[in-house]
Amino acid sequence: MVYRVVFALFIISKAGGLIYNREFHAGLSKLEANDYLIVAGTFHGIHAITKQLCPAAAAPTPPAITTPSLAPSPFPSRPSGLEVLETQNFRMQCFQTQTGVKFLLFTEPHQPNVDTMMRRIYELYADYVMKNPFYTVEMPIRCEKFDRGLDGFVKVRS
Amino acid sequence: MAATPGLRYPSNKKTIYDRNLNRSKNAELSRAAFAYLFVEMISYAQKRVKGIADLERRLNQQGYPLGLRLLDLLLTRASPPSLRPTRILPLLQFIAQTLWRHLFSRPADALEKSESDPAQYMLYDNDPLPNTYISLPKEMSQLNCAAFVAGVIEGVCDGAGFPTTGVSAHSVGEQEGGGGVEGRMWPGKTVFLICFRGEVLEREEVLGRGGSG
Repeated sequence: MVYRVVFALFIISKAGGLIYNREFHAGLSKLEANDYLIVAGTFHGIHAITKQLCPAAAAPTPPAITTPSLAPSPFPSRPSGLEVLETQNFRMQCFQTQTGVKFLLFTEPHQPNVDTMMRRIYELYADYVMKNPFYTVEMPIRCEKFDRGLDGFVKVRS
Repeated sequence: MAATPGLRYPSNKKTIYDRNLNRSKNAELSRAAFAYLFVEMISYAQKRVKGIADLERRLNQQGYPLGLRLLDLLLTRASPPSLRPTRILPLLQFIAQTLWRHLFSRPADALEKSESDPAQYMLYDNDPLPNTYISLPKEMSQLNCAAFVAGVIEGVCDGAGFPTTGVSAHSVGEQEGGGGVEGRMWPGKTVFLICFRGEVLEREEVLGRGGSG
């Protein structure tokens, strides 16, 4: 397959800083280190604003009525910001965790199963970054096992 | 009457001491829960330490009481209930098999006797559970958080009457044979160095003579 390529992964902290930037396959043009930070910060801002653009919920349902077993997610009406950005040559998918960390995955436009891949990356992050005693939250991620896990997963798949 | 409900005095008056010792024999614990708890234990141990050796010593101290207690618990649970090991080899077997199975649901990967020092024994684990999620920063590459498990081993040895001059954990995955096949397959391979005291060896010799003569 020619077009099953994952280009890169960014992780943006909840304050909008770029804490992880990893390129898996060459394809994206290189930017200067500073520009990556600007991209991350800008996206963080746009994400926050688009979140406010979200149509207001029809009527705030009291929590007593909503049955948790029926709800597809614990926060069904939670407004979400910009999630997908697509150009002719790449597609950027954003996934935000409950705590506000954002994962940006740059892929080919026709890459299938980006959602599952995102879940798996989130799992790796939860395991090898959050359970690592030597990682300080909001700081750049330098965890060997996380890198290795991503290699084993993303590179093998694409 | 005055006792408030809590961990030590639950409302139904059943303390942990009232429960059957075999109750949690086959119980499994969440690996994630342990991982998060271990994160906190390391952060706690990291406060006011002077260096990596100091940090390992503290982790060792956290594991020590666990070993003392586990020795008794596992011996009571053994069927038929067994006595404390009195010789070095049965003790090491107990650690590598019974203790390891209880803690990690699998036996240790290898047990060796040092060729240079008769007091030294090596216990290998290819992938110690406490290190599963830990990536060491570069400036701490000497650290091995399995020092906690080393503390457990030390507690078991001490509790059984085999005082040691120390049990320590060392990573061998990287340097072994210049990163050979073994090293690449098990990057987290760890050796626990168990160093018995002189009096243990003396007793072992006496017991050995008694057994043969």
